[in-house]
Amino acid sequence: MKGVTQEEYYRGVRMAPYDLVKELVIALAGVGILALGVSAFVSSPDEPPVTIAAWAQSDPVDFVTTATGELAGTTTSAGYGQPYNSAADAAQKWGPIAPQVWFGVRIPIDSANAFVIQPLQRGVTGNPQLDTAVKAWQAASADDQGKWTDAYTKALADAKVADDGSVTVSDGDYGPLPVMMANLLGMARSGALDGLLQISGRFYQTDYTPALLFMGDGGYLDGLAGNWNLHGDQWGMMNETGQYPGQTWLWLYTMWYQVFPFNSDSGALGLSSANADLGIIILMTLLTAALALVPLIPILRDIPRWVPLHRLIWRRYYTAKVRA
Amino acid sequence: MDATSKDIPEPAGESANWTLRVRRYIDRLLPMDHLLPDRQPYYVGSWVYVFGVVTIAALVWVVVSGVVLSFMGPQWWHVSSLGRFFNSLHFWSVQLFFIFMVLHLWGQYFMASWRDGRAATWLIGVVIFGVSILTAFTGYLSQQNFDSQFIAINAKDAMNGAGIGAFFNVLNFGQMYGLHVMLLPIGVTFLVVWHIVMVRTRGVVKPIDPEGASKS
Repeated sequence: MKGVTQEEYYRGVRMAPYDLVKELVIALAGVGILALGVSAFVSSPDEPPVTIAAWAQSDPVDFVTTATGELAGTTTSAGYGQPYNSAADAAQKWGPIAPQVWFGVRIPIDSANAFVIQPLQRGVTGNPQLDTAVKAWQAASADDQGKWTDAYTKALADAKVADDGSVTVSDGDYGPLPVMMANLLGMARSGALDGLLQISGRFYQTDYTPALLFMGDGGYLDGLAGNWNLHGDQWGMMNETGQYPGQTWLWLYTMWYQVFPFNSDSGALGLSSANADLGIIILMTLLTAALALVPLIPILRDIPRWVPLHRLIWRRYYTAKVRA
Repeated sequence: MDATSKDIPEPAGESANWTLRVRRYIDRLLPMDHLLPDRQPYYVGSWVYVFGVVTIAALVWVVVSGVVLSFMGPQWWHVSSLGRFFNSLHFWSVQLFFIFMVLHLWGQYFMASWRDGRAATWLIGVVIFGVSILTAFTGYLSQQNFDSQFIAINAKDAMNGAGIGAFFNVLNFGQMYGLHVMLLPIGVTFLVVWHIVMVRTRGVVKPIDPEGASKS
């Protein structure tokens, strides 16, 4: 039909009066009344964000366990791989397809230093005990550091929280860790760590990568998210805090996380929960391309002719045709 | 020095005048009676055609409320009841925009609206849907509340796994906010205008032939 003008295309078709501007104005008014009305009566979600201070005050043991894990290199961010670090075999890949590796470490984050050591070093002024502890940690061998973090992590499983919010564990050989963690917890509870994690050497700051990675390593924020049904296995992408709809248009994307092989540890064809993010992004890209190219794909482009929904849509046209 | 008739250049011929050529091309491509028609084929009276115009109407409300929110800054709506109202208007306009857009998409699918040389119009529509999802996603990341924190922490794995996270850092509020209030809305608006111009240029597709003779 290329090159055919509208006049030629519509030749022989009965035309009816139509007011495009009036239709648009009515639509604007109708949708506006609906949106304004729902906004006035239902409002919108705004659950306050979690701070490092709130985390340390509400769940100090989780906070200290996470910080210890950063030093031990056992947290998610410490062993994440690209783009934060080059942890071996951590990046997602599917056969030779490994875009996470291809683009390298573009947002370097050293979890132990960024989340624990550097904030503590900023707090050593006027605190000789902490200064000594940090220096002892840095001077210790990797073996000693590993033994201390192992023992301290195990002891934290039975930790007690005092009335002042401090965390105590049973006696053991933890090296300088109790002093370091007591100080880090104190900084966190006061709110100082919220600021220290955002220090970038510049006054203005809009990048929350370090603080969010650190909070993501802990269990506190994740637990709250579970209460709001935001987890991946709760179809969380479609949900919001409170009784509000989330990104419901992501239903297909989040559905794939609930089904085989993306929800399986063993999987199939090299796809499993371990590389589900990569696999689902590839799948959704292919499906989106297929949707865009429907006019060129047999069967998909023929379905509308087979399903008589168009007869309902153009009922008047087909009725007139039958009469004729 | 007085100009003589010899110094005055002759009017440029039609083929040499770029402005005239552009104007005539636009006149041929989209005459005003096609852009703003007062008559349409009688079968356009179906209710399905309403989904397109209400999607545009919802987009207008999204943009208007978004402009107010961006003018007042990202913190305003957390501390002001008027700001909260405008955020609610933005939130619900977006929800309506997606509901209407999906209904429009399915309606056009079952009408096989890509027929008779309209495949590019369909393709642009699907691209609008994709860019709108990305725009809404950056909006959810820009809320500065608990939801945006958790979405950022989880979405980073999908972005990083696909290699996108190296350039599109969902944990970087500044980057997400900038994309949400500037580049992506411009992209959606441009694509929607393009889509509408294509629809108006070619006109509304005829009904599927009862005998199935009308194919793409």
